[in-house]
Amino acid sequence: MGWDRNQMAARAADELEDGMYVNLGIGIPTLVANYVGDKDITLQSENGMLGMGPFPYEGEEDPDLINAGKQTITELARTSYFDSATSFGMIRGGKIAAAILGAMEVAENGDLANWMIPGKLVKGMGGAMDLVAGVGRVIVVMDHTNKHGDSKLLKECTLPLTGKAVVHRIITNLGVLDVVDGGLKIVECADGVTEDEIRAATEATIV
Amino acid sequence: MKKVYGSAKEALDGLLFDGMHIAAGGFGLCGIPELLIDALVESGVKDLTVASNNCGVDGFGLGKLLDTKQIKKMQSSYVGENAEFMRQYLSGELELEFNPQGTLAERMRAAGCGIPGFYTKTGVGTVIAEGKDVRSFNGEDYILEEGIFADLSIVKAWKADDTGNLVFRKTARNFNPPAAMCGKVCVVEVEEIVERGSLDPDHIHLPGIYVHRIIQGDHEKRIEQRTVRKREEA
Repeated sequence: MGWDRNQMAARAADELEDGMYVNLGIGIPTLVANYVGDKDITLQSENGMLGMGPFPYEGEEDPDLINAGKQTITELARTSYFDSATSFGMIRGGKIAAAILGAMEVAENGDLANWMIPGKLVKGMGGAMDLVAGVGRVIVVMDHTNKHGDSKLLKECTLPLTGKAVVHRIITNLGVLDVVDGGLKIVECADGVTEDEIRAATEATIV
Repeated sequence: MKKVYGSAKEALDGLLFDGMHIAAGGFGLCGIPELLIDALVESGVKDLTVASNNCGVDGFGLGKLLDTKQIKKMQSSYVGENAEFMRQYLSGELELEFNPQGTLAERMRAAGCGIPGFYTKTGVGTVIAEGKDVRSFNGEDYILEEGIFADLSIVKAWKADDTGNLVFRKTARNFNPPAAMCGKVCVVEVEEIVERGSLDPDHIHLPGIYVHRIIQGDHEKRIEQRTVRKREEA
């Protein structure tokens, strides 16, 4: 019942349209690149690259060519490089059509928390705050509930925010929900999941 | 004026003082000024405030300056790869100012362009906005961020000519140009100093006006996360 990681990534890839410039976060969002099919999508890596290619073949790693997760990658025929100020200029300036990223919590008004848990080791927000504030569309891909079975779609976030009212769409293992006036709206149910099951697993208001 | 120096130590001569503010290029371990960091360690200069996206790893990059306790404060966006960093931070020995990555880059770029502050949407409604001026433009809130005016920039480029025109390579460019722009003095280390006229003027990434001192040297260029794919069977 519901979608697994790859099915969630495949569903997220359906959000992307031909010609889009897109930034993918780490975790499930990285898998989205495997499901874009024939669509002409350009991936941005916020350390300073458009047109990110796949991992290199063994022996062809280049220390000067990494993604935002510091992993070795490759370039494509379309690739361009630029500095970090230019990179975040295009993010802040709304030139990147969409960001697909993971989250710890999303609130019904679109608040997003995904960078720190008080009392635990704080590593930093990296580029997450810039991305959610700047890109055209923020799509969250995450499990519907945490490991204790509690809803990650909340009336209000309990964790420190990454951005306020920034999320547009949420894709979980149970389905697809949009942030709309007054709460979240169920757009689609995952395979074998009913709307009632989504409601039962969600703390946020469903309109 | 001669910009080329014989070693990192010579290139930093007369520029260092305790309590100074340094802007460093690099993202993770990619494009970091390895040789200048080593020379800073050797110099013993201390109580440094360092603006750099990351703080190296244990025993490499800026991590070396942590091991010797020469850094008082970091201005960074992500510091997760360094156990000594966390130890010093949690024990109160080290101050940390988190900056969203794009805000950090723009604070450097802005200062280099003579802009002491700018308004940005990034961080509105988060802890980053605490204590900062909020202003509404066209019905949307923005927060005031200030330029980073550093005493010294330490930068890594791929190639330079003797006038300081720089070319970077692939994603090793990252924070290097904005870091180079925001210091009173900018010292650059490169893999190769090439003959004047051999770089295409249309392909210069950072003009030599920003560069005061240059050294050439060998770089380790350590890889932080080696990820590869399998070759398909023929």
